[in-house]
Amino acid sequence: MLQILSGALSLGLLWAIVTIGVYLTYRILSIADLTVEGSIVTGAAIAAVAITRGINPYLAIGLAFLGGLVAGLITGLLHTKLKIPSLLAGILTLIGLYSINLRIMGRANISLLRVNTVYTFFENLGLDHTMSVIVIGLTFVLSLTGILYWFFGTEIGCAIRATGDNPQMARAQGINTNNTIILGLMISNGLVSIGGALIAQSQSFADIQMGIGAIVIGLASVIIGEVLFGKRNFYSRLISLMLGAITYRVIIALVLKLGMPANDLKLFTAITVAIALSLPVFRSYFITLKKSLKKGE
Amino acid sequence: MLDVKKVTKIFNPRTVNEKIAIYNITFKLQKGDFVTLIGGNGSGKSTLLNCIAGVYPVNAGSVIIDGMDITNLAEYKRSVVLGRVFQDPIMGTAANMGIEENLALALRRGQRRGLSWGISNKERELYKEQLRILSLGLENRLGTKVGLLSGGQRQALTLLMATLKKPKLLLLDEHTAALDPKTAQNVLRLSDKIIKENNLTTLMVTHNMRDAIKYGNRLLMMHEGQIILDIQDDEKRKLTVEDLLIRFGDVSGEELADNEMLLS
Ligand SMILES: Nc1ncnc2c1ncn2[C@@H]1O[C@H](COP(=O)(O)OP(=O)(O)O)[C@@H](O)[C@H]1O
Ligand SMILES: [Mg+2]
Repeated sequence: MLQILSGALSLGLLWAIVTIGVYLTYRILSIADLTVEGSIVTGAAIAAVAITRGINPYLAIGLAFLGGLVAGLITGLLHTKLKIPSLLAGILTLIGLYSINLRIMGRANISLLRVNTVYTFFENLGLDHTMSVIVIGLTFVLSLTGILYWFFGTEIGCAIRATGDNPQMARAQGINTNNTIILGLMISNGLVSIGGALIAQSQSFADIQMGIGAIVIGLASVIIGEVLFGKRNFYSRLISLMLGAITYRVIIALVLKLGMPANDLKLFTAITVAIALSLPVFRSYFITLKKSLKKGE
Repeated sequence: MLDVKKVTKIFNPRTVNEKIAIYNITFKLQKGDFVTLIGGNGSGKSTLLNCIAGVYPVNAGSVIIDGMDITNLAEYKRSVVLGRVFQDPIMGTAANMGIEENLALALRRGQRRGLSWGISNKERELYKEQLRILSLGLENRLGTKVGLLSGGQRQALTLLMATLKKPKLLLLDEHTAALDPKTAQNVLRLSDKIIKENNLTTLMVTHNMRDAIKYGNRLLMMHEGQIILDIQDDEKRKLTVEDLLIRFGDVSGEELADNEMLLS
């Protein structure tokens, strides 16, 4: 049991980075950005290729980040300059990335067994693999949280938040909303690619299919975090995201343990997110129901 | 100061839904003019303001402010010289951001936004001082999310944001129409005070004839996409609602429907 939980914790920490990326677009920019399903693979692919060529794993993560920035840039340009609806812009980039990711990897799957990854250092110190992932994952999540907390307090960060909140008002205050949207999408996908790079190294392979469902997993984690751990201010929100991602992994580990076939996981997640997103509808339905019941008395 | 030359705006041109919202409008504002703009629903008032603000491109004509042709300038770039308050209180502020954060966005209008803090401690004093002018008690609620404020409070805040960096031209589009009558009068008085104290060149759309007569030094009336009346200074001071109704009838050849412009 403890093994299952620590496994869930380690995976949750890595996915927390993806979750933060999804949160930036979904909540801050109010865009559901499907690019993440491709950029997570891009991150994994770039890191895997770099590491197998002997490049330092941290540098490989930096390169993965750059790859994610470019993915976000493309979606941003499609959406703002070419006026393609954001959902469709994300899908177009995602489809294009499939081929690009294959080109980066040269094949559908790259193994990272028997090469040095970011986790090797701690493994050499005597920690087991899961513990090493937890240490690295926590370090990354907390530092990224700190950086984002700073960034969204700066003038540019505030301009991005204002754009997502009320683009009309943002323009009236002299903000170039095209640029802020592009920048937001770039940062989001950059983070997702970092997540992809770390996930690939922890599972010891990069795979062309590993992005399927990433957006839904990210959304599930965002919502779980908001519902269970609150959303008072930006800092507590970022922490909630991390806790949400971990909770999601714990839930998944438990339902698998209870005997749900692994193949049904995505369906399970999709239904969970659908229910969570429709909660406001149910809530208002129940309120009306209550009222009408009271009247009937 | 503001020079609008032969501006025409056609929505959905060359389709069955084609609508000439304003046609060949020409007028000038002098520096310090406080102009009220009145006209029935759909007469093109908002369209005129939106063309000046660059919300959408014009089909013909040009807009010049202080000698600078801004006809083709992007909306966000024009904001540097424009202050705007909209009819809908939700439009002018970011609901999920705090009062001080909204003000900080407004203070940086026209500046390059960089990686320094979005709000400095020094500014907070300025904001408190400015919010005190509104007498709504907002100076003690700097961190409150704007979404929690009432419509009147939000409009007052938007007004402050529009004038925090003194704009060359202030555009008010029925900014009190969504408020209850008492709040509307308060926000109007406040607008008048801020405009006079800062000597702001202002174009204020209103639905209400009495307000149009009471405030400002000049009155423009629009009808079917054209400016049909321009009443200034002395003449405006002596103006009554009855005069305005008669003159509207003379110029447009129509009776003014009761519900078209509010008389009270
Ligand atoms: N975005 C738009 N698309 C199509 N028609 C519009 C649009 N905005 C305004 N109109 C039309 O232009 C005319 C003038 O509208 P508007 O300027 O909003 O009038 P006012 O503010 O004086 O009530 C109206 O007939 C309106 O229906
Ligand atoms: Mg209007």
